[in-house]
Amino acid sequence: MSERAVLPGRPRWLDAFGALGVIAMGFTVWLGLWVTPPDKFQGNLARLLYIHPAIATVALYWVGIVAAGGSLLYLWPRTRSFFWDRLAASAVEVGAMFAALTLVTGSLWGRPVWGVWWTWDARLTSTALLLLLEIGYLALRRVPAEPAVRARRCAVAALLIAIDIPIVHFSVDWWNTLHQGGTFLDPGFKIHASASMSWTFLLGFIAFSLIFVWLLGMRYQVEVLQDAVGDQELEVSLTERWSEDTELVGVGVADRDPTPGGATP
Amino acid sequence: MWHDAVLVAGKDLRIEARSRVGLWQVVPFALLVLVLLAFAIGPDQAALRHAAPGIFWVALLFSTVLAIQRSVAVESGEGTRDGLRLSGIDPAGIFLGKAAAVGLQLLALELVLWAGVTFLFDVQVHVVWLAVTACVLATIGLACAGVLYGALSAGLRVRDTLLPLLVLPVLAPVLLAGSKAWEAALNGSTSSGTQWLKILVPFAVIYLVVGIVLYGPLQEAA
Repeated sequence: MSERAVLPGRPRWLDAFGALGVIAMGFTVWLGLWVTPPDKFQGNLARLLYIHPAIATVALYWVGIVAAGGSLLYLWPRTRSFFWDRLAASAVEVGAMFAALTLVTGSLWGRPVWGVWWTWDARLTSTALLLLLEIGYLALRRVPAEPAVRARRCAVAALLIAIDIPIVHFSVDWWNTLHQGGTFLDPGFKIHASASMSWTFLLGFIAFSLIFVWLLGMRYQVEVLQDAVGDQELEVSLTERWSEDTELVGVGVADRDPTPGGATP
Repeated sequence: MWHDAVLVAGKDLRIEARSRVGLWQVVPFALLVLVLLAFAIGPDQAALRHAAPGIFWVALLFSTVLAIQRSVAVESGEGTRDGLRLSGIDPAGIFLGKAAAVGLQLLALELVLWAGVTFLFDVQVHVVWLAVTACVLATIGLACAGVLYGALSAGLRVRDTLLPLLVLPVLAPVLLAGSKAWEAALNGSTSSGTQWLKILVPFAVIYLVVGIVLYGPLQEAA
């Protein structure tokens, strides 16, 4: 088939999320770098905290909820649909990026404040292991297989990873603890920061959450397109094979039915 | 389910006993890891003694990967997995059986490794029950998680390279808790050791339960 079938387009609301995310991010950068005052203790280094906890929240919670939820809903026979499979896979891939960003931004902050790029602290170690687990999932995802087989295998893998994460977290928590707990909000929810700082902090969370939804949607779209292209390619090659076969059959008929008197030597 | 588990475990262990792959390849490999890690640390006796629990568990973890690959390879012959699936044996039974077979081999390996670290690094386990409990709990966890991931990678052409990548980060908590429990057992500090058993218990229980539940769907996917 030479004519291209129409590929599914992406929904409008996704672009809206992207636009909102970029605007919120712009405001976060502006507020974080120019408007807010330097921190009393950490000076300008504290500005990294407008993005680092937000990125980590996306990497740990939003990704975890979408990936584990999607995989569970795929495995559940009544809700089984490739929508959930693609959503979970997209979440893990976006999540791997956010986990890597969490490590990078944390490391940039840790160097001047703690004096080292990396330390064997509980949260760092569990985040690094999370990234490795996600890379393993993505490697499994790349292995060619029937879509249904791949989806089921990946869903089980995602759930196994989701189970492992709390165990990893607790084990390394006991192992060594250096990372501070929540300093921004104490248990009584009394905010120890100036108003502009708190708003920037909050805006960072919103910005990264919006960006996450946008990236998730875009990645989902790529999955859909990949599958559509795969199907089309299969159809094209099948059609080609069919036409080859009919040509061969045509030749065969001509050979078997020669005109009288005109026999081939 | 239990009857099926015994059948499957018996089959796997019989194959291992006849092929001797565990004896002639996995056990020497584990001892090799002990020696190699000792080379990396150097001949300082105090440093080696300090590192002995970690070395024991790293050697065990690497050997676990081999044991799992072996357990998957046993089923990878022509249509063996389909045969097992069509035999009407409960998937949970297959899971338990394969995990039990791997677990028993690992326990035997742990005895050898224990002797190895005692001999090579001159360490003495002061709280024997703590070390043994840690080993047994860890073995259940390692075998269950390992067999699950083995089933996940079964039937893939890239199985041998993919399995370590998938399973080693998952087993990291066992490495950590096991080494710490052993460190306590060597130092004779029981209370800090029992803390670490609290990681090994949920790990073992969770992977045992999850394996019983998920092995069926996984088998269909492979």
